[in-house]
Amino acid sequence: MARKLLLEHINVPGINTFDVYRQKGGYRAVEKALKMTPDEVVEEVKKSGLRGRGGAGFPTGMKWSFLAKPEGVPRYLVCNADESEPGTFKDRYLMTYIPHALIEGMIVSSFALGAKTSYIYVRGEMMPQIRILERAIAEAKNAGFLGKNILGSGYDLELYVQPGGGAYICGEETALLESLEGKRGNPRIKPPFPAIAGLYGCPTVVNNVESIAATVPIINDGGEEYAKIGIGRSTGTKLISASGNLVRPGVYEIELGLPVEEFIYSDEYCGGIANGKRLKATVAGGSSVPVLPANLTLKLANGDPRLMSYESLSEGGFATGTMMGSGGFIAFDEDQCIVRNTWNFARFYHHESCGQCSPCREGTGWMEKVLHRLEYGHGKMSDIDLLVDVSKKIEGNTICPLGDAAAWPVASAIRHFRDEFEWHVKEPVKCLDTNYGLANYANPIAKAEVTTEN
Amino acid sequence: MSDKVKVTIDGITVEVDPGTTILNAARQIGGDIVPPAMCYYSKLEGSGGKCRTCIVKVSKGSEKDPRPMPKLVASCRTTVMDGMEVQNITSPEVLEARSGVVEMLLINHPLDCPVCDQAGECDLQNLGYEHGLQKTRYEFERRTFERIDIGDKIQLHMNRCILCYRCVFTADQITNKRVHGILNRGDHSEISTYIQTAVDNDFSGNVIDVCPVGALTDKTFRFKNRVWFTKPIDAHRDCPTCSGKVTLWYKGEDVLRVTARKDVYGEVEEFICNTCRFDKKKTADWVIEHPTHISDTSVISSNHYETMKPLPVIQDNPKLQLANKIELEKTTKF
Repeated sequence: MARKLLLEHINVPGINTFDVYRQKGGYRAVEKALKMTPDEVVEEVKKSGLRGRGGAGFPTGMKWSFLAKPEGVPRYLVCNADESEPGTFKDRYLMTYIPHALIEGMIVSSFALGAKTSYIYVRGEMMPQIRILERAIAEAKNAGFLGKNILGSGYDLELYVQPGGGAYICGEETALLESLEGKRGNPRIKPPFPAIAGLYGCPTVVNNVESIAATVPIINDGGEEYAKIGIGRSTGTKLISASGNLVRPGVYEIELGLPVEEFIYSDEYCGGIANGKRLKATVAGGSSVPVLPANLTLKLANGDPRLMSYESLSEGGFATGTMMGSGGFIAFDEDQCIVRNTWNFARFYHHESCGQCSPCREGTGWMEKVLHRLEYGHGKMSDIDLLVDVSKKIEGNTICPLGDAAAWPVASAIRHFRDEFEWHVKEPVKCLDTNYGLANYANPIAKAEVTTEN
Repeated sequence: MSDKVKVTIDGITVEVDPGTTILNAARQIGGDIVPPAMCYYSKLEGSGGKCRTCIVKVSKGSEKDPRPMPKLVASCRTTVMDGMEVQNITSPEVLEARSGVVEMLLINHPLDCPVCDQAGECDLQNLGYEHGLQKTRYEFERRTFERIDIGDKIQLHMNRCILCYRCVFTADQITNKRVHGILNRGDHSEISTYIQTAVDNDFSGNVIDVCPVGALTDKTFRFKNRVWFTKPIDAHRDCPTCSGKVTLWYKGEDVLRVTARKDVYGEVEEFICNTCRFDKKKTADWVIEHPTHISDTSVISSNHYETMKPLPVIQDNPKLQLANKIELEKTTKF
């Protein structure tokens, strides 16, 4: 059984209440951190090698050390709980079942950064989670872990929950800050980065729910102990929200470095593909990362097994790799249609584009329409190259990464599943009621490489 | 001297103040290397970065850090560093990306230039002429919006809008209360007023001037004439609310339209008030200065109204003067 840090006590009845959480050793990290200096806490997180769990994988300790600390200006910590990536639901799970893990992490992180006011920006659709968090904050405040002079240390912290309006774009950190300020959630142009001028123009750190919760075991056990888990620069444990055609979909805490094959097929985790079917493709880190066929999911291009870690998943760049992303693992069995799925993703990005930059505003809608046409048998052969071209025109030409996130799934689907797109053009009637099937997408790598290159 | 930074754009070096953007540095050089800008407006704080037409390639970051920037950057919002090298029209990559942006801007644009009052002075027309494709690759119905009325002075054609946000910044920074803004999200976002309030403010007419396309046009000039048949004349009046420096657009004896004076990049020099713009449409209201200088690449200059005296080639030659007598009398009328 692998080590669990975040979800260790998830099955304890009543763990969502303060008393049970405290009994199980909760809020030890706050007591320990408040005896240290803020810089020591930052140093501990740096040592742990913790990388941002929201998608980009930027080292959290490094992000914290970039925070500007001018005199007389307040600093803010904002927790990004605007989880809305298709396929990702780990933060919601964490907030629903152990809200105090997040509250505890917020107190520790705010102390490390010297923030006197911190916000948890929760996506508007998650109303039950907002209620849960508000209750948890009230409980923590009652017990003296929040408010003025926490545990007699002289440190004050106010923690607020802010419901968002339910926009995917507000998960981008600068759009989140705009939204938190009460403005339209449009991403800001960087620089300046939030570490210099963030919320209300003050230095701000924006972290994912899981990153903040992960500071609790780091402080409890020490950064070095945390860094021992995992592989290479991917340290610690990661919550993976597995969905799709799996026997047991759900949220799993894994030690980074677990082979992908083991994650999919072992009984400890997903238990294989549902209904005895075969794996066709996966999206390894939420909808915005490139989709991979089964053979490249399980093995690297050189034949080594692919591991669940930041480096191994992105091995091979965009040609044969994908990304860790936010850990939204979606598995597709042999009866799923990649064209339909790509259309579905494109539809999502079309709907969620904020409309600031022209390439993303217009291009996402264009891609969606072309993919819709392909899926419903009205496509043309030239549409496939058109899609690649449009995705290239969007990628890298926008203020925020939403443009890239919209372009990558389309570009990668065509790169790896071109046969299937062509089949949709050649068989416009057949593609309406049958799917292309597994084809050669699960063949061993040596053969697959030949087919993906044509 | 020492506090200036050196930047090289398309091989031309210029020294500018620190904190200048690449676009403004290029404007100091001038000419063809100036990136086009659809959303950036030097008079409006915070504008820019959205339309992506001004993207350039930074092939050398600075003297200290010579690494090139990984992506194309929006020149209107990227500040120069000492020793920076920028490629604009010398980089095929930039030109291709820019034509991609222009294509994106045009796929949902109605292309109703024949009935658009902006035609002839439209930034999108110029951009499409320079970078656009011959034929569209977009085979779907273009996006349309329901028409809304935003008052008796300004006509909103949302279908033509490219969402540059300039009018929003103008209303924020020039007028004391903004009543219009962007509603909705993505490609269905639109300029609108809250529950269809009329835009009514002393300076609200300036949104017409800042609009790069024909989305916001002057209702008092609507369908009166084509821009290139009118003759712009600089004039001023003693206005209590604004500087009163304007351009009058004449057709024959009548002032059809009053706008603010625009510089070479199509940006207004000084914002004018609604009284000057909409109510003073008689020559008697104004002190006439001189014909406005219009670039000879513009369609507006095609009838050479600016030639107050005969062209040099005609001046030397009495025969030519005689042959062009009627034409000369016409052009020297004002």
